[in-house]
Amino acid sequence: MMLLHNILIILAVLLLTPILVGLILGLDRKLTARCQSRKGPPILQPFFDLFKLFGKEVVISNRWQIFCSYMYLISAQLSIVLLFLGSDLLLILFVQAGCTVFLVIGAMSVPSPYSQIGAHRELLQVLAYEPLLILVIIGIYMTTGSFMVDAIFALDRPLVYDLPLMIIVLGYVLTIKLRKSPFDISSSHHAHQEIVRGVHTEFSGNNLGIIELAHWYEIGVILSLSMLFWATSIWGALIIILLAFLLEIIVDNISARMTWSWMLFHVWLVGFTLATINLVWLYMR
Amino acid sequence: MGAKEKQLKPQRRLKPVSNIFKHVKESKIGLIKNLIDKARLKSPWLLHFDCGSCNGCDIETLACLTPVYDIERFGIINVGNPKHADILLVTGTVNHRNKKVLKQLYDQMSEPKVVIAIGSCALSGGIFRDCDNVVGGIDRVIPVDVFVPGCPAKPEAIIDGVILGLQKFANKQKRK
Ligand code: SF4
Repeated sequence: MMLLHNILIILAVLLLTPILVGLILGLDRKLTARCQSRKGPPILQPFFDLFKLFGKEVVISNRWQIFCSYMYLISAQLSIVLLFLGSDLLLILFVQAGCTVFLVIGAMSVPSPYSQIGAHRELLQVLAYEPLLILVIIGIYMTTGSFMVDAIFALDRPLVYDLPLMIIVLGYVLTIKLRKSPFDISSSHHAHQEIVRGVHTEFSGNNLGIIELAHWYEIGVILSLSMLFWATSIWGALIIILLAFLLEIIVDNISARMTWSWMLFHVWLVGFTLATINLVWLYMR
Repeated sequence: MGAKEKQLKPQRRLKPVSNIFKHVKESKIGLIKNLIDKARLKSPWLLHFDCGSCNGCDIETLACLTPVYDIERFGIINVGNPKHADILLVTGTVNHRNKKVLKQLYDQMSEPKVVIAIGSCALSGGIFRDCDNVVGGIDRVIPVDVFVPGCPAKPEAIIDGVILGLQKFANKQKRK
C-alpha cells in the first residue's frame, strides 16, 4: 500500500512540476513584458519553446553533452521527488548541487570559450548560494530537531515565525536559480544575452530542451522549499510563492546585471548576516 | 589565413528525437508530432547577422524588438547563438572576407532552419554591388528562403518577412 502511495506521489510530482513551473515562467514573461509596456508572448510560450526544441536536429561536439544533459535532468528530478517523499533535507541539497555539476561538466567538455566562461560563472553561482541553502537547512533543523521534511509537517505552527530572515535568504537563492538580474551572469533567461548564452551556448536542439526541463525541476525544488515555510496551510504557502514571485519580477526589472565578484560579496554579506542573526536568535530563545 | 587555415573538427548531427514519431501519424502518438510542428511555428528564435551592412537595416531590425513592434508577442527571441536559432536574419552585402563567417553560421544552425535576407544589400549587393570586395547578395553563399526588399527595409516589412518565413517552415514540414 505504502509502495503504491509512493509511486503515485512520484508520478504526480514528475508530471505536475513541469506544468506548474512552466505556467509560472510564462506568467513571468507576460508580466515582465507588461512592465516594459510590451504585449508579451502568450502564457503558454515556455511550453512552445520546449516542444520546439525537442523537434530540432541535434548538433553536438562530443557525447558528453548528451550524457550530461540527461544526468542533469535525472538528478533534478531525483531531488524534487526526494523532497516530496519527505526525505532528508541534506540529501536533497546534495543531489540538487550535483545536478548543477553535470551542467557545468557538459559546458566544460567543449572548447568554446563562451561555454567555458559560462561554466566558471555557474560554479561561482553555486559557490554563492549553496552555503546559504545549508544555513537555511540548519535553521530548519534547529526549529524542528530533525533534517527530515516530514518533521516540518509535524509542527503545529508555520516555520516562518521561527525563521523570518531565512525566507529572505531563500529569496536570494531563488533569484540566482531563476537566472534573474542582477545575478544572471552565467546565462540569462528571456531574450537577454550574456557571453552569448553562457553555460547553454554549446547545447542545441533536444539537449537544450532537456536542460530547460531540468531547470524547471530545479526551480520547483527551490519553490517547494520556500513553500515549506508555511506548510501548515495551503493558502499560506501560496501567499509565500506569490510574494516571492512578484518580488522577483520587480527586482529583475529594476536592476542591471552585476559582476561575479559583486554577486559573491553581496550575496554572502547579506545572506550570511541575515542567516546568522536568525540562527543566533533561535539559539538564544 | 589562406591555405593553412585550421580545419574545424566536424560536428556530429543527430536526428531530432521527435523522429521516433515519424511513422505513427494516425495514432495518438502522432498528436505529439503535431504538437511539435505547431510549437515550431510559435517559437521561432532569431539570429541576426550583420554581414557588412551600413547599419541602416540593423537599426530597423532591432527596432522590431522595441515595445512599439514587440516581436516577442509572436514568441520571437533574438538569441545571438547559431546553435539555438531557427531563423537567420542577414543584413548587408557579402564580401570575400565574411562569406566564410556567413557560411559557418548557417552550417552551425540545426534543421529545420529558414534564412531571411533583409534590405537591398542582402538581396543583390545594393549600392555596394560594384565594389571590388563585394560578392553580391547573400544568396550567392547560402540558400535564402525569404527576401525583404527596402533600403532600409521597414520594421513592418521585416516582421512580414519573418511571418512568411514561418509559413515556409510549415511547407517544409508538409513536404517531408
Ligand atoms: S539596404 Fe540600404 S539601409 Fe540596408 S544595409 Fe544596404 S545601404 Fe544600408
